[in-house]
Amino acid sequence: MTNSTFILLIVGLPFLSFLLLILSSGSKLTQKVAGQIATLLMAVTFFFAAKLSLNYFASHLTQQTAELLVNYTWLEFGSGLAINMGVLLDSSSSMMLLVVTFISLMVHIFSLGYMHHEERIANYFAFLGLFTFSMLGLILSSNIFQIYIFWELVGVSSFLLIGFYYHKSSAVAAAKKAFIVTRFADLGFLIGILILGYYGESFDFTTLISRLGDVNSPQYKQITMAGFAGIQALSWGLILVFIGGAGKSAMFPLHIWLPDAMEGPTPVSALIHAATMVVAGVFLVARLFPIFTVATAAPLQIITYIGAFSALFAALIACTQTDIKRVLAYSTMSQIGFMMFSLGVIGDNGAGYNASLFHLFTHAFFKSLLFLGAGSIIHYVHSNEMEDMGGLRKKMPLTHISFLIACLAISGIPPFAGFFSKEAILHAAYTSNKMVFFVGIITSFLTAFYMFRLYFTIFWSIPEYPKTNEHGEGTWSMKLPLMVLTLASILVGFIPFSKYVNSNGIPVEGHLEIVFSIGPVLLSIAGILLAAYWFKTANTKPQRLAISMGNAFVWVRNKFYIDQLYLYITKEIVFKYFGKTAAYIDKNLIDGFYLSLAHFTGYFSFFIRGIQSGNVQHYALYFFGGILGLVSLLFYLLSY
Amino acid sequence: MNLLLLLILPLISAVAVLVTTTHKQSRTIAAVGSALQLLLCFFLLNQFLDAEKIAGEKVFQFTQHLPWFPSLGIHFDLGVDGISLAMILLTAVVVFAGVLVSFTMEKLHKEFYFLLLLLSLGAYGFFISLDVFAMFFFLEVAVIPKFLLIGIWGSGPKQNSAMKLAIMLMGGSALILVGLLGLYFFSNETGDRTFNLEVLSQFPISYATQLVFFPFLFVGFGVFTALFPFHSWVPDGHSSAPTAASMFLAGISMKLGAYGCLRVATYLMPDAAVYYAPIIILLATIAIFYGAFATLTQTDLKYINAYSSISHCGFVILGIGMLNDIAIRGAIMQMVSHGLMTALFFAAIGMMYQRTHTRLVAQLGGLLKVMPFISAIFIVAGLCSLGLPGFSGFVSEMTIFVGAWSNPNVWYRVATILSCASIVITAVYILRAAGSSVMGPVVNKNYLHLEDATWNEKLAAMVLLAGIVLIGMAPFLLTDLLSPGTEVLLGKITNTL
Repeated sequence: MTNSTFILLIVGLPFLSFLLLILSSGSKLTQKVAGQIATLLMAVTFFFAAKLSLNYFASHLTQQTAELLVNYTWLEFGSGLAINMGVLLDSSSSMMLLVVTFISLMVHIFSLGYMHHEERIANYFAFLGLFTFSMLGLILSSNIFQIYIFWELVGVSSFLLIGFYYHKSSAVAAAKKAFIVTRFADLGFLIGILILGYYGESFDFTTLISRLGDVNSPQYKQITMAGFAGIQALSWGLILVFIGGAGKSAMFPLHIWLPDAMEGPTPVSALIHAATMVVAGVFLVARLFPIFTVATAAPLQIITYIGAFSALFAALIACTQTDIKRVLAYSTMSQIGFMMFSLGVIGDNGAGYNASLFHLFTHAFFKSLLFLGAGSIIHYVHSNEMEDMGGLRKKMPLTHISFLIACLAISGIPPFAGFFSKEAILHAAYTSNKMVFFVGIITSFLTAFYMFRLYFTIFWSIPEYPKTNEHGEGTWSMKLPLMVLTLASILVGFIPFSKYVNSNGIPVEGHLEIVFSIGPVLLSIAGILLAAYWFKTANTKPQRLAISMGNAFVWVRNKFYIDQLYLYITKEIVFKYFGKTAAYIDKNLIDGFYLSLAHFTGYFSFFIRGIQSGNVQHYALYFFGGILGLVSLLFYLLSY
Repeated sequence: MNLLLLLILPLISAVAVLVTTTHKQSRTIAAVGSALQLLLCFFLLNQFLDAEKIAGEKVFQFTQHLPWFPSLGIHFDLGVDGISLAMILLTAVVVFAGVLVSFTMEKLHKEFYFLLLLLSLGAYGFFISLDVFAMFFFLEVAVIPKFLLIGIWGSGPKQNSAMKLAIMLMGGSALILVGLLGLYFFSNETGDRTFNLEVLSQFPISYATQLVFFPFLFVGFGVFTALFPFHSWVPDGHSSAPTAASMFLAGISMKLGAYGCLRVATYLMPDAAVYYAPIIILLATIAIFYGAFATLTQTDLKYINAYSSISHCGFVILGIGMLNDIAIRGAIMQMVSHGLMTALFFAAIGMMYQRTHTRLVAQLGGLLKVMPFISAIFIVAGLCSLGLPGFSGFVSEMTIFVGAWSNPNVWYRVATILSCASIVITAVYILRAAGSSVMGPVVNKNYLHLEDATWNEKLAAMVLLAGIVLIGMAPFLLTDLLSPGTEVLLGKITNTL
């Protein structure tokens, strides 16, 4: 089989799963076997994806060049611009291919057990298929407009899955919020595409990068000469594209949708809102990285500072949340902040880029493990609130171990996966931007603290969880993914990542600065110990501390009131002043004008109707009046 | 193929409907008649594609020249190019779907189908005419049935809405007539006077004459296509009309205007088009933005779709105003796309209204549980409206944006950015409407026993949806059809630039 057949299967099978299940979702049989069909198709997809991806890495050991496997003109605009549907396989998309199909498979398997009692399960698996298809399309895109298309499609799959429990108002509201906030960000992306495409005279990544990423090309000269409001057109384009990425990746201040997105089924959160879709922004910046490096410093600086700020901001909020999934959501935001600022700092020889994608890779495993673990806990206790949990370690031994390992991994404790990638990020930041490094260090301390706050509250806190659930920890299909992902969270850190995935296609030997790592690891351990001190046994220390912090704590717990600010702007300003005004103008001014025109016509016709009254006396009067007038006019004229 | 068939077939079926006695008979004949129209149109498309291969330079196919008022230079000239063919197909699909969703018409069913088929006759006649006077004639043929359809079968303040619509469209027609007379008397001043589109396009019309008469034509046709601020008839007209008439009104009638703006005003007076382009773009941008904002606070589903139509048709005007190949192609794609999408939307709203007897968002809710098919159709139409890839709205809007952006003028770029921004507002009002009318908890317990769509309603929705998805997934089919036509339309404009 050739590579393009592989691609066809990899992208086609999830779509087939979607079509098949959605079209037959009415039948009872489909509802029964939907999960099995979808999982089987996903397993085949994963098999081919893994084969293709490993083939790529095996055949590109010395240099990771990009390969255009498929290219098909889909919509031609003219003057060199066209949306092409293609497949661009390079090191980053091969890596993502592996991650997306693997996590998707794990989530499919987990869902078999987790969702089996739901009605409309066929729709659920259909939407999972649609999402996987869109996400694969996104990462394999060869054209910036193509990526936008799949970008929107993952957005709508996310909308459908968050709103899966559509009869719950909160789920509908969360789905709407996620779609609208990311749509707003996508506006930036779209205009960015228009700018880059206009000057680059192409939407294809390879052409675009070879033109705009080369300081000697005529296109580069043109785009840097043009500008608006004192900023170069190139910087505008890149910043706007980044805004799109920031929306999907929940960067401050476009992050507000992510915590609410937890309304969706938990396996969905593991797939979409932890491992794959939310890192699309990082992937997008990585795709255009060669252009970012030749542009002015502004775009990368914006990425650095927004990333660093989001990392710290989200970590602070995560320390105060009580809903297990929301803690994980803020933690995701914080970790993506790490990936973003790592891209921004560049580092020596593209170390920041390599570290960022490495972290993206490892994070996918341990974060989806955390979410699936959370799913299994929620399945057991039927609540998302941490206060309903505690002492679960004996009731759920497998979940306990896997959750602990995932917590250690995200906290950056060796030898778990997160340690390697986080050290690489911190080291890249250390060599380029001390301030960002400092923020990173504080954030990783906070990360260890809030993750172990979660861990101790769920599994320790009280000696034994009071109730026993007859279904136990869950079916084998829920346990298997936990085991596999635990294994992955231990092992994937040892992959010499930068040898395979790197900024310029030339393998970099990764090496660990042992001396450098001592500090961050000690800080993380301190965070864990602090969490253990406060949360390992039930006590009032945390409450007292929270009270003593006063308003500062209230602000953080209420997420700095950002949601309220947005609500105020949309409800009170956009709706009230723009929406109502437009509707008012239309009803009263414009329609009113036509109405008064009609009234005027009416009055006028009423007025002239009086003249033709049919009354002979009146006519006689007009007649003689007219004669009189004419005669007097005649006399007047003749008198001269 | 003889294009007259496109007029004869609706006429025969309209007359046949009149002689029926029962509702079942009349609706069967109407459905069969409109299905035959659809088949005929596909046959025409097939023939057209064959003819195009061998025609070479010639853009208009199946041309015919029938004398009408030879002494005045008025002839019945027929012919189609890719653009008019796309419009004809759109008409056939929408009319077929419109008949299918009207199966439960309560009163005067014979007359209803008769008028509906008469409307389709007017639309076909308009799109196949190559004589401006004949176009005008058919445009008028399509106005009166609308008045009756709304006034008799409508809902709410129907008399008022019908009157408003008819008077405003007549006003638009009056403006068009002035423009046509201008074309007639000031074009070929030495030779024989003519209304023939192709002949007219050969004669240079003086710059001053163009400047005077272009606004008459553009605004006149613009009234039909909801050009700001002449859109006042749209919200009331669409909302009061019965479902099939709403579908026709938004799906086809608004396109008659846009087609006229393009084919008559812009094509015949390119210099004036260039001169007035900034104003056109300004009005279009206002319509897009203002229509979107006005939609935000509407509470009636039909008003939501009517205002959103103003906004979406603003894209068509924007594309025309940009006067470049890409944008104009986008405008025509948007005409087709909006026609299908809005018809689907009105069909879904009509099905919901027929069952729940309300269109107020607040009184609906949770319908997805009760009528999954209708609700799914509603959501899909909404997703198309907000420009989701995979549906036709996306490709047409993106083509307009890319075309609009290729004009380096700063103000044009501002207009483009504002238009792009409107798709965010579209997302807000669409999700608001879908979120509270079909999603969420079931509001009214009485809805729980309501039935989902019947086979004819399902068929209607699937036909429209097929068009939307086909264009959305394979846009090259449509662009290949349109390209030769748009090149001719713009031929004179690139010369003047």
